[in-house]
Formats: sequence, structure tokens, C-alpha cells
Amino acid sequence: MIYAGGVDVGSTQTKAIVLSEERKIIGRALINTGAMVSQAAERAFREAAADAGIAAGSAAYVVGTGYGRYKVTFGNAQITEISCHARGANFLFPKTRTVIDMGGQDAKGIRVGEDGDVKDFVMNDKCAAGTGRFLSNAAETAGLTLDNMGPISLQCKKPVRLSTVCAVFVESDIMSYLAEGKTVPDILGGVHSAIAARTVALVRRVGIEPEITFTGGVSRNIGMVKALEEKLGFPVNVCDDSHFIGAIGAAIFALERALTGGVAATSGADKAAKK
Amino acid sequence: MAQPAPKSDYQGKLHNLQKDMIGRYYDSLTAASEGRGKKAVYMMVSGNPVELIQAFDMLPVYPEVNALQLAVKKQSLPHILAAEEMGYSTDNCAYVKADVGMYFAGRKTPFATIPEPDLILCNYVGCNVYLQWFEHLAEFSKKPIYNLDVPFSRNMVSDEPSDDDVSYVVKQLEELIEICERMTGKSLDFKKLQRITELSGETGHLWSEIKKLTRERPAPFDAYFDSVMMMAPLYCLRGTEDGLWFFQEAYKEMKKRAEMREGPLPEEKFRIVIEGPPPWPYLRQFRDMFSRWGAVAIASTYSTVGGIWEFGFQHDPLRPIESMAKHMLQFNLCNRNFLQRYQQIKDYIDQWGADALVIHSVKSCRLFSAGQGDMREYFTKQLGVPTLLVESDIEDPRYFAEAQIRNRVDAFFESLEHQRMLVKK
Repeated sequence: MIYAGGVDVGSTQTKAIVLSEERKIIGRALINTGAMVSQAAERAFREAAADAGIAAGSAAYVVGTGYGRYKVTFGNAQITEISCHARGANFLFPKTRTVIDMGGQDAKGIRVGEDGDVKDFVMNDKCAAGTGRFLSNAAETAGLTLDNMGPISLQCKKPVRLSTVCAVFVESDIMSYLAEGKTVPDILGGVHSAIAARTVALVRRVGIEPEITFTGGVSRNIGMVKALEEKLGFPVNVCDDSHFIGAIGAAIFALERALTGGVAATSGADKAAKK
Repeated sequence: MAQPAPKSDYQGKLHNLQKDMIGRYYDSLTAASEGRGKKAVYMMVSGNPVELIQAFDMLPVYPEVNALQLAVKKQSLPHILAAEEMGYSTDNCAYVKADVGMYFAGRKTPFATIPEPDLILCNYVGCNVYLQWFEHLAEFSKKPIYNLDVPFSRNMVSDEPSDDDVSYVVKQLEELIEICERMTGKSLDFKKLQRITELSGETGHLWSEIKKLTRERPAPFDAYFDSVMMMAPLYCLRGTEDGLWFFQEAYKEMKKRAEMREGPLPEEKFRIVIEGPPPWPYLRQFRDMFSRWGAVAIASTYSTVGGIWEFGFQHDPLRPIESMAKHMLQFNLCNRNFLQRYQQIKDYIDQWGADALVIHSVKSCRLFSAGQGDMREYFTKQLGVPTLLVESDIEDPRYFAEAQIRNRVDAFFESLEHQRMLVKK
């Protein structure tokens, strides 16, 4: 039996996946990245291997992705999370043509081909507006956690209008709304609506074509799922593994390489290194 | 068994030649700063009448070039911070801030002491920040300023500027001649101006011939990262025998490389066009991001900031003043409108044979960068040209987020590579 691994080292969390030769997900792990990036990658992969009931060393090929991909030192190759999210979304939802990925630092729109190939992509500017960091700051200011802010936002009756999508200034915006006596659900409704509007505007730059698959850590937030669907006017694909889609895509690349002896789509840089 | 092809040494030989020549140019700036040299005329790179300045034996000084040299030598940030302390906004053009900071730090740089201006000649007004930059320099130095009002290109159909625009600029150049005559106490030597214009014409022609060599596969040099090495002589030495000689040598070298099928990388995997100025503080890191993928720029718009010669324009020694006016109006990148910029890039993609377009957007230059989002959409959606947009800055090292830029570059080339594999299947 051939096993392949994908490790997505994100700015906030590290996700690892083990795939079997039959392209079945047999192991998962999710941990906080922290400051020791290489160790986080290793630990996540060990946990995923344990979850799969295999030894970590028995994986034939491992691909690292995410910002910390070059820290997956035990991996065989590195591929950006843009390619991996497209591939992972195609694996879980084969009719995916657009991926909306919202992680800790990034918001991305990816246009995806029938084969899970990246046709085009856009990302947020070098600014955390509209990302998971914005939501976590908003949750903290409102005295909530990332897990309960989404469901609470669904109780919103009249969303407030935020004056900013800045991840730092949102805190003072929320404080002043609380001081005015606005309810927490109405404030959170405004927070989700502002981010959804910004994200949809970003993704429109690559062209929005259904089906749309929502990936990344923020996809676990039901409030954001609903806010995006409202702005888009149609449903988005999400599932329990949406958070793992980058790691799943990486594992698929890894499996293809394991099965073809290392030659597969996106063979990576460095082959044509400069003189 | 085939013999390995003899290697040409363009990066060594040409680079050294460039270093010597530009070194001498900077020595002349230092000499002027010490009162031993020519009168200094501050000018802008984009579409300038340097021929006229050379004809009066005055010394062109380019605050933009000085600013970018500071960035390359990693000296820009203290000057930028000093300018911000003076009140310049964080969003202000960082060329301006680095230059102003350097001015008040005694005009001393690792490459020269920059002379005080004798004349401040604002020859490009398409950027109102530049206009104010030169007005500030006039205020600081208490030296005279002359603003050439060069109408922005409204021309959509013809590649030639209108007769009215040409005569409008010619009239101003005639006023400038009077100013230079008063300053130097000499009348314009028209024959000398004609000879200088002839030298400029030949230099521009050779530069255009060099640029056409990158139509070859592999391209003999990188038309973005290597072009910048040739751009300094084009600006600082255009209209001189030395400048012409440099381009004669460069042409010979590049032609030889093209014949030997030598490129800047061991393998040319992707041919790209690059739009926008480079991130000077991190030029090497930025280049490496593309080299890793075997991506070579076969054309760049930035290399036409000082002039566009590759589509047929040449300075005419029989009509020196009129041809300077045309160059200022139409045959430099900055004075062109967006539709003309689109067309120029499209010509490079079609005629030079490019796989993709990369746009490097400049955070502190809204004027030149505004509209690049639309440009990206035009090329991807309407022309089907894969286009990547990344952002940092020309001068301010604080805007270069290496991991972010690398991520975008890697993802872009992964997708191009993936597309190629799908086509092969």
C-alpha cells in the first residue's frame, strides 16, 4: 500500500492529511502553528499518521504547502497553497470552478479548471483586512471566541455598518457600537457582512463561476458561510474537511508523484536555477 | 562530440564598462558639487531634452536615478524617515522622500556628492507629484525652476503627436534655449546640437536593435533585470560619444550571445513581459523569484520610461528641437495613456513571443500604478494572457513582503506549468 501526505503550514494553524493509494483520506491532524514552524509541521504530520494508523516514515511522498511550506523539511516538495486549494476543492467537490479561501492572513479567489488546475487567482493586499485575523480580533473585542461568533451572528436583526475593514481599527469600531448599546448579534452581523462584501469584490476580479467552494479556517464559521451566500446569491460548498482542503490538495499532488515516480503536475521551481 | 560553445561574458564585460562610465559620470557630479565642474541641471528621466543641456555643456542630474541608486545601495530608508519627519506623508512617492532626505543630509551618497542645482528643469508634468518635487527642490535650493508643460498623450489612433502639441513644446524649448544662453553666456551652437542629436538618434537606434534581440529563443539577456544595467548610460550619457560607444559594445555582445543561443539562465522555460518599475531595494531577491522558475523577461515597459525607440522613433539631427519635442510628447512610456500602454504590452506579447505578463505595482506611486488592476483584467479576461500582479515599492524597503510576493510568483508559475502539462496530455 502506498501512502502520501500533505502538510499545510498556515500562519495560524497547521493541517496534515494522509491519503491512501485509493485516494481516501485516512488520517487528519490540526494544530496551532506557533513559533516553531518546522516542529509544528512534523508534529501535525506525525499526528495525522497516527490517526491513519501508519508510521509517519512510511509515507511515500509528502508535499508541504502554506506559508511555512519550506519548513516542511521532511517533505519531498513544496507547492503553494493556491495550487493545493484548487486541487483539494476539485477532489471534494469536482464541479468547483471558483474557490474562496479565507485563512488567518489571506483571502483569496481562485478560478479553477475542470482538472483542478489554477486558471487565475487574486489575493488580498498586504493587509489583514477581510481575513481570519479580522474576525478573531472582532470576536475578542466582543468577548467571544471564533467558534461561537458565527452562530451568534445569525441572530442579527439589523446589522451595524462598520466604518472600516481594518483588522486593527475594527476593535475601536466595535467598542463604540457597544457603547452605543447595539447588540452583539447586530455588531457581528455587520462584521460578517463587511467581510463578505469585501471578499466577494475581491473574488469577482477572477470571475465568479459556480460551483463555489469555500475553504480555509474561516469556512468553519457558519456566519461567514451565510454572509457569503447572501452576497453571492447562491450556495457555497462547505464540508467538515473544508479547513483541510490545502493539505488535501498537497496530499493529492504527493500521491500522484508517488505513483508516477515524482513526475506530475507542478514539478516546482529550482530546476532552472540561475547560473 | 559537440564542443561546448564559447561563453560570452556580457555580465562581466558590459557590467564593468557600465560601472566605469557611470562612475565617471558620478565623478563629474562630485566635481560640480565642489565648484570644479559644469553647471548642474536637475531633470527628469521621462522624455527629457538632454540633448539641449549637453549642447550647452551643462550637466544633467537625475534625482530619480540618485534616489534609485540609494535604494540599490540600501541607503534609502534613513532618508525616507528624515523626509517623513519633515512632514512628507507615508503615502508620498518614496523617490521624492529619499531625494529630499538626501538633499538635507548634505547631498552626500556612497556614489557621489550631488551638486546643488543651477537650474531645475521640470520636463515631465504627467505626474503632479514630480512637479511638486521639483518645486520643493527649487524652494530648498533657492535656484531657478523652469517647467516645461508637456501635454499628456490623448492620441488614440496615430503614433505621432499632433502638430499643435509639437509646436507648443517647441515654443517652450525655445524659451529654455534663451534661459540656457543667459545662464552660460553662450549662444546655442546649432551644429553642435545637431551632432548631439545625431548621437542620440544612433544610441536610441542601437538600444532598439538590442531590444529586438530578445525576440530570439533563448533571449540573450533579461529585458527587465539586465536592461536596467543599460538604462543608466542611456539616461546619463545619451548624446555623448561615450554613450554611443557603450551601446555599440552592448549590441556586439548581445548579438554574439544571440548567435550562440546563450541566455541569462541555463534553460528558458517561460518568456514573460514585465510591467512597472523594479523593487530597487530588493532587486536581487526579486530576480531570483523568477530565475528559480526559468522565467526570463523578454520585454519590459520600464525600460521605455526614458524613451521608446523600438517602434520606429529616432531623433532627427535635421530637426533637433522638433524631434526632442516629439520624444517628450509621445516616445516615452510615462506620457502615454493607458490604451497606448496596453498596446505596447500587447505588441511585446505578440511580436516578442511571451507566455505571460507580470505587473509589479508600486505602492508609493499611485499615478503610474492606478489602473494596473484593470490592466490585469484586460490581459487575462479579454486577451487570455496569464497575468500576475504583485506589489511592493521602488524605493521604500518596508513595502517588500518577501513571503507574500514569493507565494504569488510561485503560484503563478505552478499554474503555468500545470497548464502546459495539461496541453501535453
